[in-house]
Amino acid sequence: MTTTLILVVGAIVLLTAVYISWRAGRLDRLHIRLELARESLDAALVRRTAVCLELAASRVLDPATSLVLAAAAHEARTAGPEEREHAESDLSRTLRAVVDQERFRDRVAATPAGTDLLEELGAAVAKVLYSRRFYNNAVGVTRAAQRRWLARTLRLAGHTEYPDFFEIDDTPPQALAAE
Amino acid sequence: MRIGIVCPYMWDVPGGVQVHIRDLAEALMEDGHQVQVIAPAGDDASLPPYVTSVGRAVPVPFNGSVARMSFGFLSANRVRRWVREGRFDVLHVHEPFIPSVGLLACWVARGPIVGTFHASYGRSRAFSVASPVITSALEKITARIAVSDAARKTLVEFIGGDAVLIPNGVTVSRYSEAEPLPGWDEGEVIGFLGRMDEPRKGLPVLLEAFTLLAAERPGLRLLIAGPGDAGEVLEKVPARFHDRIGLLGMVSEEDKVRAYHSVDVFCAPNLGGESFGIVLTEAMSAGAAILASDIPAFRKVLDDGQAGALFETGDAGSLAREAAALLDDPDRRAKLSQEARQAVRKYDWSTVARDVLRVYETVASTAGVEEDDTP
Repeated sequence: MTTTLILVVGAIVLLTAVYISWRAGRLDRLHIRLELARESLDAALVRRTAVCLELAASRVLDPATSLVLAAAAHEARTAGPEEREHAESDLSRTLRAVVDQERFRDRVAATPAGTDLLEELGAAVAKVLYSRRFYNNAVGVTRAAQRRWLARTLRLAGHTEYPDFFEIDDTPPQALAAE
Repeated sequence: MRIGIVCPYMWDVPGGVQVHIRDLAEALMEDGHQVQVIAPAGDDASLPPYVTSVGRAVPVPFNGSVARMSFGFLSANRVRRWVREGRFDVLHVHEPFIPSVGLLACWVARGPIVGTFHASYGRSRAFSVASPVITSALEKITARIAVSDAARKTLVEFIGGDAVLIPNGVTVSRYSEAEPLPGWDEGEVIGFLGRMDEPRKGLPVLLEAFTLLAAERPGLRLLIAGPGDAGEVLEKVPARFHDRIGLLGMVSEEDKVRAYHSVDVFCAPNLGGESFGIVLTEAMSAGAAILASDIPAFRKVLDDGQAGALFETGDAGSLAREAAALLDDPDRRAKLSQEARQAVRKYDWSTVARDVLRVYETVASTAGVEEDDTP
């Protein structure tokens, strides 16, 4: 009788342990995915800023447009964590105003480095949109997993912070929008 | 970049997903990338060199219909070996919802995994039952692509989160040149392609318009290609016009292209719900003069009527008027045809593959795709 009881209790303890370690492993995987997604989002944002600065400095644009673009890109590059979403949204808006000028594409494409610059800008803008969506997906599942009763009680997430969505306006200029 | 693409359906059975993967793979290879595809296939199927077979797929009932799936430990092991030997930078899984090779690939691999969602479904019981198991496999997908708004909606409902929208491409060069079908190279011909029995494709509207036109235009014929019940179609048209309707039924890829080149006016009378006009882009690639219903998706693809004429959705009278005007005006047809060939370029696979590649670059890491040996 006692042996059966010990066996049953032992089995329950073992199963619980396996389950908890499986949940912890899953959370760990999610954290890794989140970190990678954050890295590619950062890379995409930095890259977009760099292309904007290059475009502004390229003498392809008129001086006023150059200045507007350079200022927005500079703000985005130097913004602290608090203002970052704001500054990146402003850069998206500025970029739309710049690129959606009449005949912008044709005029830039007519200059020596223009075609490459347009291609790079298109890729940079698209990658911000892509990486942000992938990042927010990762945030969504990670948050859901961290909020689970088991994860909270046993602190399976360890010292990792509760992740925040990255919310910006990243609508691409119409002339660059992927169809 | 080394790219591994996983196809859940039989490679040697025609289907939208297979065509998508073939065209994507070939466009990527054209661009200098190394691409490997794994898919279920029949034992005697002749496969292109970049396709690896995972074995035969078994027909099982799933989600309301019978589909051929590949599952089980044997298949899983083959996928595992393919992942290990492929040393991919990115793994691209198609239809990971389907209990087939795609889901297996998510299970045995880790690293940058891109998932493309094609179909839209209603809610399925199976997903709720097997949910924890499926979820942990699907959670490994780092980037999601939906090919249509409907597919994106399904995704949001099933597992939450969002996806980027990259629509299907069309391989323009495959459609641009062909001989008309025998017997269809003269007279006035209006064409239709799609399922005959699906009301949303709008064939009844075209049949009504054809009846109106046929009385006045003795040389006018109607060419219909697509699966469905012929009797049902013919009973909507007076018997005296029956010999002027050609019903091809299900056609081969090659005959489909020839059909596009056999018509004077290609008609897409859809009533709505079409998230992306794949049929339209094919017809545009063939340089057909197009007359389509004025639904938002078609209006967009046809550049607001620049690359094809539009008529009032669901209105047979409007269709008949516009069709008659087009048939009487060869110059306008030629102009529409030219504009269509121009406008379709941005839907060419080379452009679409570039967007997919940007997704790969966004998620690719230095470690690449590895075999996952944790349970």
